[in-house]
Amino acid sequence: MVPVEQKAIELRNVSFRLPSGRTLLYDLNLSVNQGETLVLLGRSGCGKTTTLKLINRLLDPTDGQVLVDGKPTTEWDAIRLRRRIGYVIQEVGLFPHFTIEENVGVVPRLEGWEENKINARARELLNLVGLDPERFAGRYPRELSGGQRQRVGVARALAADPPIMLLDEPFGALDPITRREIQQEFRSLQRRLGKTMVFVTHDVREAFLLASRIALLKDGKIVLLGPPADFLKSAEPEVQAFVSCLSDPASSEAAP
Amino acid sequence: MNLWEFLLAHRAEVSQLSLEHLILVAVSTGIAILIGVPLGIMLTRRPSLSKPILGFANIMQTVPSLALFGFLIPLNIYLFHVRVIGGIGARTAIAALVLYALLPIIRNTFTGISNVDPAIREAGKGLGMTDRQLLLQVEIPLALGVIIAGVRVATVISVGTATIAAAIDAGGLGRYIFRGLRMNDNTLILAGAVPAATMALAADFLLGWVEVSFSRGTGVRLGRRRVIAAAAVALAAALGVWAAVAFHSGAASSRISVGSKDFTEQIIVGEIVAQAIESKTGLQVERRFDLGGNLAHDALVAGEIDVYVEYTGTALTAILKLPPLSDAKEVYRRVKDEYAARFGLEWTEPLGFNNTFAILVRGEDARRMKLKTIADVTAYAPRWRAGFGQDFMSRPDGYDGFARAYGLKFLQVREMDLSLTYRALADRQIDLIAGNSTDGLIARLGLVQLEDDRRYFPPYDAVPVVRQQTLQQHPEIRAVLKALGGSISVDEMRQMNFEVDGARRAPKDVVEEFLRKKKLIDGQRP
Repeated sequence: MVPVEQKAIELRNVSFRLPSGRTLLYDLNLSVNQGETLVLLGRSGCGKTTTLKLINRLLDPTDGQVLVDGKPTTEWDAIRLRRRIGYVIQEVGLFPHFTIEENVGVVPRLEGWEENKINARARELLNLVGLDPERFAGRYPRELSGGQRQRVGVARALAADPPIMLLDEPFGALDPITRREIQQEFRSLQRRLGKTMVFVTHDVREAFLLASRIALLKDGKIVLLGPPADFLKSAEPEVQAFVSCLSDPASSEAAP
Repeated sequence: MNLWEFLLAHRAEVSQLSLEHLILVAVSTGIAILIGVPLGIMLTRRPSLSKPILGFANIMQTVPSLALFGFLIPLNIYLFHVRVIGGIGARTAIAALVLYALLPIIRNTFTGISNVDPAIREAGKGLGMTDRQLLLQVEIPLALGVIIAGVRVATVISVGTATIAAAIDAGGLGRYIFRGLRMNDNTLILAGAVPAATMALAADFLLGWVEVSFSRGTGVRLGRRRVIAAAAVALAAALGVWAAVAFHSGAASSRISVGSKDFTEQIIVGEIVAQAIESKTGLQVERRFDLGGNLAHDALVAGEIDVYVEYTGTALTAILKLPPLSDAKEVYRRVKDEYAARFGLEWTEPLGFNNTFAILVRGEDARRMKLKTIADVTAYAPRWRAGFGQDFMSRPDGYDGFARAYGLKFLQVREMDLSLTYRALADRQIDLIAGNSTDGLIARLGLVQLEDDRRYFPPYDAVPVVRQQTLQQHPEIRAVLKALGGSISVDEMRQMNFEVDGARRAPKDVVEEFLRKKKLIDGQRP
């Protein structure tokens, strides 16, 4: 039997509770198709980041299953799984003692690539995210601006060409103008690369710009899951609250 | 002689002692790094262990060094057939210094790694680093500045603490400091203290520089191979020196080892025993002098030394913990029996002098107030300050019984190092001290000894104590020690103490001259 459409990621009845007993996610069901970008949208503390960490096994679900390429994450070797999944976080987390080139080359180096292949790949990726390798390769993270650092973070996540990318508010800490620029660039990158992406944000404009589908979370539950067009039609109060930000010119930050 | 002249005149000895000091510090800090850094790393992985382990390291730092030495000397810990802990000498000094250095190293490794930005740690984990890769490539390089700061603190502490090593014959600059205190000689104290302080400042500066260059935010990059290579080199170097030191001090069993406590008279009588054995038997003699507290006794019981001179009263009360007795013959008989039964040690012939506690006042006070006996002091005591050594304050035949026997109530009683009490008395900081009746400083500082008219102090006859096992292996030593019996009067002892403390002559020369005069060694110079 040939699979009709391979699901890259699937969450089946997933709950997550802290050791303290507080529940962060309730019975989540969700799937991400090959090549699509799912945006997890919601207010701070709604469970977006937790959902992301369940996918690359930084966390294990309390109940239910998370499947990546059809296999539950608990059956994956965590290290192998994470090397198949690019990961970008808001704080970027570049290694301050590595140069930009070395930061980008981290995963290929862990994978044991040859040194000249690693260097070539790092330069290729710096070009891809719009940073001139001649100028930036040898610098250290503290010598870069916030936007430049965030581009390096994306390049580092892409280095070993992982089929899946997880992005946790990658542009959240940038000023509005830089953010707008980098969002546009990211959009064209996304189209060129055709990777499966899960993108966390609380910025509804960003969600509309980048999403194939949007999952709106509130208090650990999915309120709405569908393409951006469905979003505008919904009568849910939480959806309405987010949609109202789209038309409100004063709130470019967009978080209600 | 000022300090500069002294250092120039003794530069060979100063460099020798500085080198010994440096080796003690380097080896102990090296071993502390090899133990402390992995332990600190382990704590970041098992935080539940951090309380007990940091607690242990913390307690170790508060144990006084002499107490720690007393605890380590009887131990027999072997590693690959080499005794690594126990006995007197550098081995045990290094073990103690390692214990003192552990806390800052473990603590800084633990906090340095714990304080790495959680976002960086999460990024590393999310990119698929194993725990080991995260540790070696990210956490340790980023924590290195803090870890080196810990090493820096440990090193500076070690340079200071290593001066105590002289108390167990481990050498180092502490020798000058102890000798200087004993002889009331500021130049000598400074000759030990100034190079040690210089060494501490240099280490602080050097490691401070290393620390800064590793914590400029870039950290360092440690290739895995480089880490392993560096660790291997450090381990080999530390173990090499350790083994050399351990072998060196462990190879002494075929020789006769003569010990002494850490004051001038002990070094003189130790030298007398040593020269007599050398001259009459031709055996090779090793001198393990300057052992602090009761470490000489511990070392004798442990077989680290073969003989040293002990005092009957001290053995009775401080070592055997028996109540004081006033009859000299009775005390001698008692300690001789007890030592043979309990320790396998033999008391030989008494040397002839009794070094009892001497209650001393300034000569001018004695003349002005017409003081002859201790009882004469009773009326003045409420206006006087007294100063006593730690030993006198704590021993059963010491201060408490003494004050009770004479009904003395002083305005103030100060507890200080014995050698400092003489100086404090002469400087009018205090008015009465308990010195040693044979001390050369009594005449030199113009002090007057008050008569013990109520016969409070037990007799302290000086007698060589020797291991029975040594006497079986070398029976000829018995005759040598017998010949020394009754050969030294109180006046002769006081004179020799003065020659060394007052006239600054070498103990070796003073002893040789005395033995020759007494015809206890052969006429021609060896």
